[in-house]
Amino acid sequence: MSAGSSRQRKWPAEGVSRVPFWAYSDPEVYAKEQARIFCGRSWNYVALEAEIPRPGDYKRTFIGEKPVVVVRDHDGALNAFENRCAHRGVQFCQRHLGNAPEFTCPYHQWTYDLKGNLIGVPFRRGVKKQGGMPADFEPGKHGLRKLSVARRNGVIFASFASGLQPLEDYFGPSMLALYDRVFDGRELTVLGYSRQLIPANWKLMFENIKDPYHASLLHVFLVSFGLFRADQPSKTEMDSTGRHGALISWRGEQKKTEDNVDMKSLIDNFRLSDPTLLEPLREFPQYTVVMTTLWPNLIIQQQSNTLAMRQLVTRGPREFELAWTFFGYADDDEVMTRRRLRQANLMGPAGFVSIDDSEVMKFSQAGVGPYPDAVGVMEMGGRDWKDEPHMVTESVIRAFYDYYRQVMEL
Amino acid sequence: MIDTRRYQSLGTGELRLELEDLYARYAACLDEERFEEWPEFFTDPCLYKIVPRENFERGLPLATWLCESKGYLADRVTAIRKTAVYAPRYVRRIVSGIRVLGWSDAVLEVRASYLALETLQDELTRVFNAGQYRDKLVVEGGGLKFREKLCIFDSLLVPNSLIYPL
Repeated sequence: MSAGSSRQRKWPAEGVSRVPFWAYSDPEVYAKEQARIFCGRSWNYVALEAEIPRPGDYKRTFIGEKPVVVVRDHDGALNAFENRCAHRGVQFCQRHLGNAPEFTCPYHQWTYDLKGNLIGVPFRRGVKKQGGMPADFEPGKHGLRKLSVARRNGVIFASFASGLQPLEDYFGPSMLALYDRVFDGRELTVLGYSRQLIPANWKLMFENIKDPYHASLLHVFLVSFGLFRADQPSKTEMDSTGRHGALISWRGEQKKTEDNVDMKSLIDNFRLSDPTLLEPLREFPQYTVVMTTLWPNLIIQQQSNTLAMRQLVTRGPREFELAWTFFGYADDDEVMTRRRLRQANLMGPAGFVSIDDSEVMKFSQAGVGPYPDAVGVMEMGGRDWKDEPHMVTESVIRAFYDYYRQVMEL
Repeated sequence: MIDTRRYQSLGTGELRLELEDLYARYAACLDEERFEEWPEFFTDPCLYKIVPRENFERGLPLATWLCESKGYLADRVTAIRKTAVYAPRYVRRIVSGIRVLGWSDAVLEVRASYLALETLQDELTRVFNAGQYRDKLVVEGGGLKFREKLCIFDSLLVPNSLIYPL
């Protein structure tokens, strides 16, 4: 056993105020994450109901790195199953979105209904009395592997585990309240997709959205155009396990009019040449920005009026896909839709703000990858974790690793 | 209008040469990172969008990059120069297959294929983005300007970040 093997992996004695860098690159740790986290007892975001409104509508997506299909059944119910033919393992569904009355694997045309049951095996009885499946072959035992499905107010989650707690309990009261703020039961409408391949470990993305400390330092755009300041009223919230978290901020007393945000720079007198790029309208009660991370694969973005689901799709320890689904509400008027589309300039692969994050995640991986035996320090705001009424803390990251360590037994 | 009529009276070959020259100058401006000159290729207002092909084909309005005026373009340049944090890179744009669809009133509709090659410090040059320009041009100040430039890209997965214009 060579030095550095995961069998000798020991979390630093300081606990969750440290992250060992092997956690970002070790293939064995990654394999364990797939088994315990993504295929474990977790509700994974898979789709918005607005993406698959009609019977037969399906979405091809991933949980961790595992391909799955989510489909609306003929009776309106939502089903999810592995995108892997029960016969020889072919990933039979190849389109991101589509509509089909049933699924047929192209290789040998095994056919499944929208519940994932095997309903057709060509040549099952043989050809001219030759060949065919054994007489006791039971199609009922050879369907697609089905996943558990849960939904709330237009959002669909799936799990490889069964008998999980309901979504509401899984979120916990504080995260549920933030979730319901955006998903209040109104019909959603999809505005479009963005997909990024980020050369970094998936946890670095979660850490980024759980890290309010960096926001006023890395994101010069936000600060110099007066959109965010470290002394702005803000707080962090978590559920009781620490696995979910939210960064919340709102405009202070000095700026009473949401509709007329002062774009004057705070450091350099930058001013947008075209202020229509950002003209936030107060839409949700109290908070202007809420970034929520839901274990294990979802970020819900509410940055003023730009709303998006960011789904993490892992692709090995050193790479993940970030799949963005921008959305609004079916009852948005044209002006609101335009506002959402303009503010979408802040986010995505070319986002004024999110460019900094994707670039820095790459820099992180470039540093932590080659130094698996080194350790990161997270003591901003203390060494334990709890909700904080400010942004100068790494508490939410520590909470994440507290839960991560339990699930991973690390 | 006189200028527009002059362009409209050009023969196919002459118009092609004008467009070849325009697209070569446009690509060179960006390849050479003369970003401050980039807005001058556009009218004001204008529409500049970089859109994943899946959104375009489904009729979904989201753009990866949306500018609706010269001011918007200038704000992007400010971000590139002053606020965005990113690794050093070179991007080279190859424009090919320029095709004139025709005039409709004073608007010239043009399509072309483009390829953006990206070179990062420690990596080999890669195809960063491939797509189609769907452009609408008008004559302004004696020359052709983009009133609308859509970059519809095939490669849905963006390799990390899209920093520079296409």
